Amino acid sequence: MSIFLNENTKVIVQGMTGSEGTKHTRRMLASGTKIVGGVTPGKGGQVVEIDGHQLPVFNTVTEAMSATAATASVVFVPPKFAKAAVIDAIDAAMPLVVVITEGIPVHDSASFYAYSVTKGTTRIIGPNCPGLISPGKSNIGIIPADITGAGPIGLVSKSGTLTYQMMYELRDIGFSTAVGIGGDPVIGTTHIDCLRAFQDDPETTAIVMIGEIGGDAEERAAAFIAEYVTKPVVGYVAGFTAPEGKTMGHAGAIVSGSSGTAQGKKDALEEAGVKVGQTPSETAQLLRDILGR
Amino acid sequence: MDLFEYQARDLFEKHGVPVLAAAVATTADEAEAAATKIGGKVVVKAQVKVGGRGKAGGVKVAENPKDAREKAAAILGMDIKGHEVRIVMIAAAAPIEAEYYLAILLDRSNRTFLVMASVSGGMDIEEVAHTAPEKLAKIPVSAVDGISVAKAKEIIAAANFPSDVADQVADVLLKLWEVFQSEDATLVEVNPLVKTKDGKVIALDGKITLDDNAEFRQPDHEALVDHAATNALEAAAKAKNLNYVKLDGEVGIIGNGAGLVMSTLDVVAYAGTKHGGVRPANFLDIGGGASAQIMADGLSIILGDKDVKSVFVNVFGGITACDAVADGIVQALQLLGDKATKPIVVRLDGNNVKEGRAILAKAAHPLIEQADTMDGAADRAAELAAK
Repeated sequence: MSIFLNENTKVIVQGMTGSEGTKHTRRMLASGTKIVGGVTPGKGGQVVEIDGHQLPVFNTVTEAMSATAATASVVFVPPKFAKAAVIDAIDAAMPLVVVITEGIPVHDSASFYAYSVTKGTTRIIGPNCPGLISPGKSNIGIIPADITGAGPIGLVSKSGTLTYQMMYELRDIGFSTAVGIGGDPVIGTTHIDCLRAFQDDPETTAIVMIGEIGGDAEERAAAFIAEYVTKPVVGYVAGFTAPEGKTMGHAGAIVSGSSGTAQGKKDALEEAGVKVGQTPSETAQLLRDILGR
Repeated sequence: MDLFEYQARDLFEKHGVPVLAAAVATTADEAEAAATKIGGKVVVKAQVKVGGRGKAGGVKVAENPKDAREKAAAILGMDIKGHEVRIVMIAAAAPIEAEYYLAILLDRSNRTFLVMASVSGGMDIEEVAHTAPEKLAKIPVSAVDGISVAKAKEIIAAANFPSDVADQVADVLLKLWEVFQSEDATLVEVNPLVKTKDGKVIALDGKITLDDNAEFRQPDHEALVDHAATNALEAAAKAKNLNYVKLDGEVGIIGNGAGLVMSTLDVVAYAGTKHGGVRPANFLDIGGGASAQIMADGLSIILGDKDVKSVFVNVFGGITACDAVADGIVQALQLLGDKATKPIVVRLDGNNVKEGRAILAKAAHPLIEQADTMDGAADRAAELAAK
């Protein structure tokens, strides 16, 4: 099994006709994702051919859903128009909306997140995330599909490249689903949401959780693990050397005063019984030790 | 971006939040002129983006313009917790009867906005939150609904504001919400919000943090950047659209992806403990598409840092193929020519790694060393920096 997506998930691409959208639609198709169309306001009615696939373009997500029965959307719309795109998807009651766009103002993401909560029918992943992949089944976003195959590990990470790095470290074992939840201050799906889903997924037998400085999501996840998760979890936290008050690449990666430090997160995770590695490869080794592989 | 107090004051004024007359000065002459223009008793306040300036002697009352000149001369050039005072604000003095606290901020934990309000203002609010949490009202504000008149009244009641100022404080709150929303702020704080002896409510000191992601729709915010305080290397990197933060170590770092680069810094610092305590010199994320030009831009910034003794290029080829990255490194070194003088340890993994490593091996550049693993590369880069 997998979490949040499977081999039958039909996906539409918001912003498919843009350069990033087209490039990644091609890559998703190549990795087996069932892309069924795209949404670009004002370009409804067009058909785009990508590598032999005839993909219809719609003006709205509602139109796209009724024509294609898509149950997931991936957003490649530039920051300026991202809020409108996500609101469009929420209004259509799209079950899963994966927002890849980096650089969305936090007033916009806080607003579309709050709107999704009031509507109660949409799970948002991201923004500023690489998306999610269940190797061999479906790949929504920009995670390279050829790093590794299917297996028993569930991975949740704030960082894109650390997701790839960890998948690579454990490529001989494989993953049920790897989810990049994004490094922005407000994100739609948290570590906790993924931990819960992995705990409930019979095919996931062990979990890797990657965090980084900023906010208190890892501390909250630690408390959740202690209370709910019985599967083994190993953790990694990036940003021990980050100075206070400086944003480290991700908009949310900032230590403010004494809060949001890597050490605080590591301590919280270890208190919850999570083994935390000092480097990505040490973290991978901790997981190998647990799985006996 | 954190603003100076005077910049926050100006944004308050722009949106109708009541503030006192004020002007900024960078010299004692300007301070005297500003005090003359304002008239009467004034307060000379050091403009630094750090708390505790009052205790450090950075805020002084001046009786007259001449006194303001002397106070400004004493404060300008002061070092407050590592921040040099280059600007003072001269503000009218107000007879204060009561001090309150108001803030609107992004509450990351709960993924919403939050108002914090207290009638015990004027001091460190974290202290109040710690010692007397009942005196600090915390009211969530929906990012969809914002602060309406009714919401403002609810907040005023929750924080127990006295009835004689309730309407004024509610009005301030509505205007602060306008500042928060229309300026794309993540923090708007007034501490203290005061009631003067004649019963007026005024924002006496304020703090604003703006969202850098909103630059595209906030063209006025560029003017608020404190270029003088920006590190020269950071400024050069920003001009090239590179995500760079200067740190205090010796190992220059280039990587792709914020998380991987943060991790690289940690792994280098960890390896450095075995090599005389060398540490990362910077954070530099060149992003997904590491073209030769971007790699050259990145390398030239890093090699321009006199503290750098060795460089660690750590790339995981995800979307980008390692052969393209390797080509980028080789071309970057050609572009840089004699300017490239420090040893460079390269670790490539992922997409097309064999081809990438072969390109670097074939180039056989005397400065480049390859390593198979991230940990091994970090160790070697630290060792080279310690030499």
